[in-house]
Amino acid sequence: MNKTYDKRFDGRKFDEIRPMEAKVGVVPRANGSAMFRIGGTIAIAAVYGPKELYPAFMQDPTKGILRCDYNMFAFSGAGDRVKPGGNRRSKEISMVTEKALIPMLDLSAYSGAVVDVSIELIQTDAGTRCAGITAAALALADAGIPMKDLVTAVSVGKVEDKLIVDLNYEEDSYPEGVDLPVAMATRTGEITLLQMDGRLTKEELKKLLEMAKKACADIKEVQIKALKEKYSLGGK
Amino acid sequence: MTGLLVNDRDIVFPGQVLAESIEFLPGEDVIREKEQLISTKIGIASINGRFVKLVPLTGPYIPKRDDIVIGKVVGIGLNGWRLDIGWAFEANLNLKDATSDFIEKGADLTKYFDYGDYLMTGISNVISTRIIDLTMKAPGLKKLGEGQIIKVGSTKVPRIIGKQGSMITMIKDYTGCRISVGQNGVVWINGDSPEKEHLAIRSIRKIEAESHINGLTDRMKEFLEQEKK
Repeated sequence: MNKTYDKRFDGRKFDEIRPMEAKVGVVPRANGSAMFRIGGTIAIAAVYGPKELYPAFMQDPTKGILRCDYNMFAFSGAGDRVKPGGNRRSKEISMVTEKALIPMLDLSAYSGAVVDVSIELIQTDAGTRCAGITAAALALADAGIPMKDLVTAVSVGKVEDKLIVDLNYEEDSYPEGVDLPVAMATRTGEITLLQMDGRLTKEELKKLLEMAKKACADIKEVQIKALKEKYSLGGK
Repeated sequence: MTGLLVNDRDIVFPGQVLAESIEFLPGEDVIREKEQLISTKIGIASINGRFVKLVPLTGPYIPKRDDIVIGKVVGIGLNGWRLDIGWAFEANLNLKDATSDFIEKGADLTKYFDYGDYLMTGISNVISTRIIDLTMKAPGLKKLGEGQIIKVGSTKVPRIIGKQGSMITMIKDYTGCRISVGQNGVVWINGDSPEKEHLAIRSIRKIEAESHINGLTDRMKEFLEQEKK
């Protein structure tokens, strides 16, 4: 195959993340909330609870449970209208988001209760589950849910023979490209989400995880900056 | 002692390493992982000798025994009331903990506390997260009359009350309102005029927004002086 991918579609370097922005406390009535933007992808997460969980058979008497709901707005995509409401894809992403966040949370004080996280994507340009997880981690911190570390997520991947960080939609949908969303707790380097579309060699995977780790460290800085903006206004 | 990575009264974030030495001990909202002390919430670091703890800036109210809370009556059963105290589960107020009166079988309990009434109650027992017992049998616990109810974060309640009640006394003096603060963050305000109640509400909202910035008492005094003119 003729290798033509010398430069990224939007002119970034291969290990460069799109411009990021985060804001905490965007939904005043929620217990905790956050917005996270990475390039053309904007995620808003709001946390409600802990509150009583129904149906009661789902309650866990030893600890609280986390319930995530991922949703893309009908007008969020580039071009076609997204069919509103839940579908197979959103159900899967809700589940993996939950599983990406729960290892870092301590819900033992909320037995029988549920912490609800709503994640809404108002504009999308690939990397939505990663933006959703990053926003949800911020919102949970804003709600005061105890956690061992903030979870950060980024998608890495491959287009032709180039390994790249933070794919946009053109790269994500490139024929035979690889998309590898990674969520991790940067303090310990624990990986809480790892999914893959496409094929990679072992070496490529190792290299991509290294790149993801570096990108996650940058994203965490943005997260901490957003928390500081809300919680140290005026300073000491 | 070396290994401390933050200063006293620094604002810290979840997952931040506060100290890297076995000599320090984890306090509230701080966990130990091997040698490291890690914060689990957004809060202000508080270091007392070897002891590192956190004063959280945000978080849900978790009921504790002997807390004084303001609850709303949401259910009436055969032998008591159920109250919403701002926690995931409703709390129970048993008949025998509510009144010393003799109540006949089948009597109408709404004569005592009706749906929607707000009560100043104490938590007498926390058996689990789902079973919380309340009592009205302590000084100062009563049904709250007419007034306004506002809700603030439960982590802000100590700042609203102030040292030995200094802050809340100041607001009461300036506005002439009667104010009760529950530890669950529910505040009841009753004043002579809506303007005075509104000033008390604005003062409390200001404390809530600026609780973690130094010099709060002076700023509040200034604010109240200015507003009173």
